[in-house]
Parts: sequence; structure tokens; C-alpha cells
Amino acid sequence: MSKISRDDVANLARLARIEMTPAELDHLSSELSVILDAVARVQEVAGKDVPPTSHPLPITNVFRADENRPSLTPEQALSGAPAQEEQRFKVPQILGEE
Amino acid sequence: MIYEKNATEMATALEKGEISAVELTRAHLDRIAAVDGEVKAFLYVDNEGALAQARDVDQRRKSGEKLSPLAGVPLALKDVMVQQGVPTTCGSKMLEGWRPPYDSTVVSRLKAAGVIILGKTNMDEFAMGSSTENSAYFPTHNPWDLTRIPGGSGGGSSASLAAFEAPLAIGTDTGGSIRQPAAVTGTVGVKPTYGGVSRYGLVAFSSSLDQAGPCARNVLDAAYLHEVIGGYDPMDSTSISAPIPPVVAAAKNASVKGMKIGVIKELQGDGYQAGVLKRFNESLEELAKLGAEIVEVSCPNFEYALAAYYLIAPSECSSNLARFDAMRYGIRVGEGSAEEVMNATREVGFGKEVKRRIILGTYALSSGYYDAYYGSAQKVRTLISRDFENAFTKADVLVSPTAPTTAFKIGEKSNDPIAMYLNDIATIPTNLAGVCGISIPSGLAEEDGLPAGFQIMAGAMKDDRLYQVGAALEVALNSKWGAPILSKAPKLGAK
Repeated sequence: MSKISRDDVANLARLARIEMTPAELDHLSSELSVILDAVARVQEVAGKDVPPTSHPLPITNVFRADENRPSLTPEQALSGAPAQEEQRFKVPQILGEE
Repeated sequence: MIYEKNATEMATALEKGEISAVELTRAHLDRIAAVDGEVKAFLYVDNEGALAQARDVDQRRKSGEKLSPLAGVPLALKDVMVQQGVPTTCGSKMLEGWRPPYDSTVVSRLKAAGVIILGKTNMDEFAMGSSTENSAYFPTHNPWDLTRIPGGSGGGSSASLAAFEAPLAIGTDTGGSIRQPAAVTGTVGVKPTYGGVSRYGLVAFSSSLDQAGPCARNVLDAAYLHEVIGGYDPMDSTSISAPIPPVVAAAKNASVKGMKIGVIKELQGDGYQAGVLKRFNESLEELAKLGAEIVEVSCPNFEYALAAYYLIAPSECSSNLARFDAMRYGIRVGEGSAEEVMNATREVGFGKEVKRRIILGTYALSSGYYDAYYGSAQKVRTLISRDFENAFTKADVLVSPTAPTTAFKIGEKSNDPIAMYLNDIATIPTNLAGVCGISIPSGLAEEDGLPAGFQIMAGAMKDDRLYQVGAALEVALNSKWGAPILSKAPKLGAK
């Protein structure tokens, strides 16, 4: 039985940048333990000799010609912004005070 | 009524001048106004946009322009596909009020073909779910029984077809979100080969699995829509640079004589509803009568597909959904530092299932667990592709029931994620391998009188085979029932 503690979930939520209520943390830690037990089955057949597949198509790099093409105007690109100023996305403070 | 016709019949009426695109669009908008209060398939109805598009098609037809086969036929668009200026939410509060500044490639191609986009259909939030109950707005109701789910994540699209609100719809299928809704609503849904339809402008859930495809009330209509939206697109680096398989010709050919049809041993039996299996076996008999050879094939690793999927899809989603950071578009909640705003916004903007999957994916990708979970799942993906390769040496197409059960009650499984995930047990393998699949109605299950689905799978870029076998079975079953299965659905809006 995988055991995901409440602290584990709190840490994952912090990494994923999602605030969570104590109730959500409790609920998710018990749910995730059950789900992880179910999905851990993949380990039964994933032998060392089996290569991984990350993608159904065997493609590596896909390039196009380096030519200018029409794109969004600044107004269009900013049209969904929660806040903007001087044709830029206006965001809350990123760095600390010091 | 005109809205009960198939898309190809509507197209013929338009071409002959028996009806104008404006009249046809109005008939559908009226139908939506009459029944969508009960069905709730649409998140947004674009009355003015649809009529403007229809006027343009009528104009072009009048001026003698040669139009595409579906010009003037209305369509319902899943809300995960961006359309310039039209609200696109993905069923999430995160994108409430957002109007995209560009068209997805699928939308550009629909517009170029003169297909009329009626509006945006409801879905599980960010396409995560099998019942459309995870929509942040409201659940959609199955037109066969309004107390039941219409499948998911594309339940709005499937319900709009079954409720005769639109003859065509666009869905997206990451683990079954086109095919399972089709199965439980008695409609047709196709997941094309991965890379067969552009993902440009499709809001990403799990990029190595997501695939848009056509939904319709019959196989030929789906084929026409497939030819409109499919084909190479330089804007999607995973788009396959090859001609679209000849799906319309295949749907018209509709013959299975001499074909080998492989029944997947592992996708039946325990967990499948008896009435669903009965209709599945009857369908096999019909195919045998038409001259197909039925063989049994084994795909021993399919039993691990669900587990692999619920590691791969959440892992990719935890990365893809990082874009919803409250900085460039979507809602912004709270005050303080960028990180505090991000945390607060994602708490409010994402629903329960989306959070569950982001946290699961974050766990599966974290150092120390990566090899055991995500790494192992990637290996299972290889084994599943090998099972398909093997099976396709023994059969031209593979078949199974689409979903293990008919539509369940709204609320019945919403507190049991594992039970909910089992809905996709038969559809997930095709996504993992990047091959193609279709669901067509196999009849009504005896126990509950609700539609069951028959799934046909074919190898990569062999999409034409889905249509060839699907159309042949459709003809046989329609003649057995005396009419298409949807004609047996209860009449809506009668009160």
C-alpha cells in the first residue's frame, strides 16, 4: 500500500503552485494512496530490456524555414491579459524586497 | 424536420437550393433554444456568428462559387478548441470570459469549408473525465435519459448530436473522449491516427495522446468531416506529412468481404455489461454474414494500459497546465507576490479532478519516483504498441465494445475516481499507441434500453478501414433494426 502523507501532498501542491485547504489535503492524501496502488501495476511488466516510448511518432526535430510570417499584433496578444501597461503584461512582484 | 436529417442530406438540400444555409442554421438555433434547457450541451451559442457565416455561404453559392461538400451544414464545437473572438473555457473557471485572439487549425479549415459553427459544447474541465460532470459550469444530460451522463469528456458534443441540435460535432480524444460519449449516446465518433488532425489551437491536456476528430450521426457524415479537418499542418510539429487516408471513399465502399476482423480477447468478459456484450457479439455475426473472417487475437499487455495512462496523462497535464499562471490570460485572483497570486488563482480556477491529476503527475515526475512511475508507464506504452503490431499481422482491423457499460446516472460515480477511470478501459490502448479508432452504435442493451457502442481499431494512417468496416456494419444493423438507432430515442421538447 503506497502511503502518501498529508505533508507529501502539501509539498506537491506547493511545487504545483496550488493553494489547498486542510480538507483538500486530507482528502487528496487518502485518494492518491489508492490511485497510486492501482497504477503501480505498470512496474510488474516494465523490465530493463523494454525501451520507453514517450511519443507515438518517431520524430526528433521538426524545423521550418527561418522566414518572417504574420503573427498576433501586440493588442491581440494582450487581449486576454488580466492586467497590462505600456504594451506589456503587468504582473505582480516577482522578486523579494531585499 | 430538417434538423433530423443527416449532414449529407442537408448538404444535398442546400446544393439543390431547397433550403438556404441561413434557414438551416436558424432551424438549428431554434432547436437549441427549444431543447438545450434540458440537455445543456452548449456552454455558448453563437447565434450571430453562425448566421453571419451562413449568409456568407449563401452569398458564395449564389455567385456560382464551387463550394465544399459540407458548405452551409451546422456543427457544434467542443470548447477545448479555440475560435477567434468566441468564448473558450475548456469547461474551466480558469478561462471564464477568455476570448482567444486566433483560430485553431481545425476551426480555420471548418470556416474555409463553409461549415457553420453554432457554438461551443460542454466538457469535463480541460477534457479530464468520462461523464462531463467535471465541467465547472453544469453537467450535460444524455438525451436518451436526462438523468444519465452523455459520456465524457466530450459529452456536450455527443449530446448535441443525439438531441438533433447539430448534425456534426468536433471532439477531442485523449483516452476515449470522442468514442465513449459516442457509444453512450448512440452516435458515431472517430479518433483519427495521432498526427492526422492538427493540434494547433487545441488546448493541450496530454500532448502525446490528444487527438481531435469528427463526431456525427452516421459514418459517411463523419468521413466528410474528417476530410475537412484532417491533413498536414505546418503549425503542428507532430502533424503527419501525408495525404488524408481516403475515408469518404471507404465509407461509400462499405464492404468487409474477405477482411480479417480481430476480436481482442482481453477487452471483454469481466466488468462488461451483459447487454453490451450481447450487442457486440451480434455485430460480429453481422460482419461474418457480410463475408468477413472473425479471428481472436490476444493483446496481453492491454491490462496495464489503464495504469500506464493514469501516469502518462497526469504527468503531461501537470506540465501543460503550468501555463495557467494568472499572468497572460485567464483569471487572476488574490494579491501579493506573483507566486501567491499563482497559488490562489490555481486554487480557485481548477476543479477537483484537474487538481487531483496535476498532483498525481507532479508526484510521478518527481525525482526518486520518476523511474518507478512515469518511466515504467513509458515502457508499458512500448509493450502496448507491440501488442497492436502483433495483432495487426493477424487481422486488418481489431474490434471490442467501446465502453464496458451503457450510460450511468449523473452522480453515480463522481466520488469514485477509479470506477470512473474504468470507463476508458477499451479506448485507452489506441491513444497510447497512436493508432485510430471509431465507435458506432451496436444497438440498445436489453437491461436498460440504452445505446451500446462497437469499437473498430486500425493501424496508423489506416483510418479508411475504420470507415469501410463501420459503414458496412451500420448498413447491416440499420436494416436489422428497420431504422437508425437514434430514431428510437425519446422525443425531446415535447412538453
